[in-house]
Amino acid sequence: MIYRQGATLLSLLGLFLSVYLYLYKLGHVGALACGTGGCETVQTSQWSRFAGVEVALIGVVGYALLLAVALAALRPAAAGRRGPSRLLTALAGGGVLFTAYLTYLELFVIHAICRWCVGSAAIIVAIFALAALDLRRLGPGAMAGARGAA
Amino acid sequence: MAAPPVGMKRFYVILGVVAAVGVGLLGYLLSKPSTLSIPANVTVQPSDTAGFRGYVKGSDSATVEITEYADYQCPFCQTFATLQMPTIDERLIKTGRLRWRYRDFPLQQHAYARVAAHSAACADDQEKYWAQHDRIYEGQSEWSASRDGADIFRRYAGEIGLELDAYDACMSAGKYAGRIQASLDEGARAGVSSTPTLLVGGRLYQGRFDSDAITKLVDSLAPRITRAR
Repeated sequence: MIYRQGATLLSLLGLFLSVYLYLYKLGHVGALACGTGGCETVQTSQWSRFAGVEVALIGVVGYALLLAVALAALRPAAAGRRGPSRLLTALAGGGVLFTAYLTYLELFVIHAICRWCVGSAAIIVAIFALAALDLRRLGPGAMAGARGAA
Repeated sequence: MAAPPVGMKRFYVILGVVAAVGVGLLGYLLSKPSTLSIPANVTVQPSDTAGFRGYVKGSDSATVEITEYADYQCPFCQTFATLQMPTIDERLIKTGRLRWRYRDFPLQQHAYARVAAHSAACADDQEKYWAQHDRIYEGQSEWSASRDGADIFRRYAGEIGLELDAYDACMSAGKYAGRIQASLDEGARAGVSSTPTLLVGGRLYQGRFDSDAITKLVDSLAPRITRAR
């Protein structure tokens, strides 16, 4: 359960982080607390939108989804089931791939690093790792056992 | 329904505390008042207007000049800038027939008009006046309804490639407050009372214009001006 708890807590942190970046894009929170100019260079670049949607908004939706799944996975009824861990791993895996693409853009196209984006990258990688560890812990026989118990 | 085990209870307490702290921080950021405003009714110094007669595009040898008095937050000015100006630009300005002079006339009822004008003026320092001018008008519906237009103008400044440290210094110093006030005063003296207002050959034209009306106006004035030369 500790892996799922960790994933829940991290999803909540990721959600707050992306809400902050999205509020910045909407002009509600002033300048970004960043320390370097990198955050603004990244956030005001043409790559701050993906397929016409603000990347920060994609983050809000993604982390909200992860949080919902992680909370559902904490219910006693979901304990020992592989399904929630699989879903968490798949969602976080998608997030990791998307983050890898964004990090590539920061490093090789925009040539600026946003600390908040680095924070989000660390969070999504950690969620993915925790979900994968949980999946491994449960093993392939866990789902059948859970079905039998249900 | 069974009560959650003690370990889970502790976890939910921690989760609740993190959620409360996060919501509190975001609430604080949202409630923070804007720190940037451009002073109105400043005393205009001679240096504010020295050599400055508006933002100009078009050829020096164009036979007709139109001065536009406009307010960035005025909806008609926005429609004119985004829908009509591109045609006027292509048809008249780029062909050398018309020179366009843009002057600020921020109306008192528009909270962000002066900040918007100042943002464009600071972009002019980095020779990107028209890019910021166009971006501000394009985004009018976004910033006019926001809590802090200045932050959105700053984002636009980043998007058009301004060096933000210099932009911030210009904005926080209110470097062009006097120039904007001088433009407003000059417009008022000329009889401008609403926006957009066009000043063409000493006559004021108020209301809504389209590119065809401007073309006709230029057509009607060009031969007369050419003959008078």
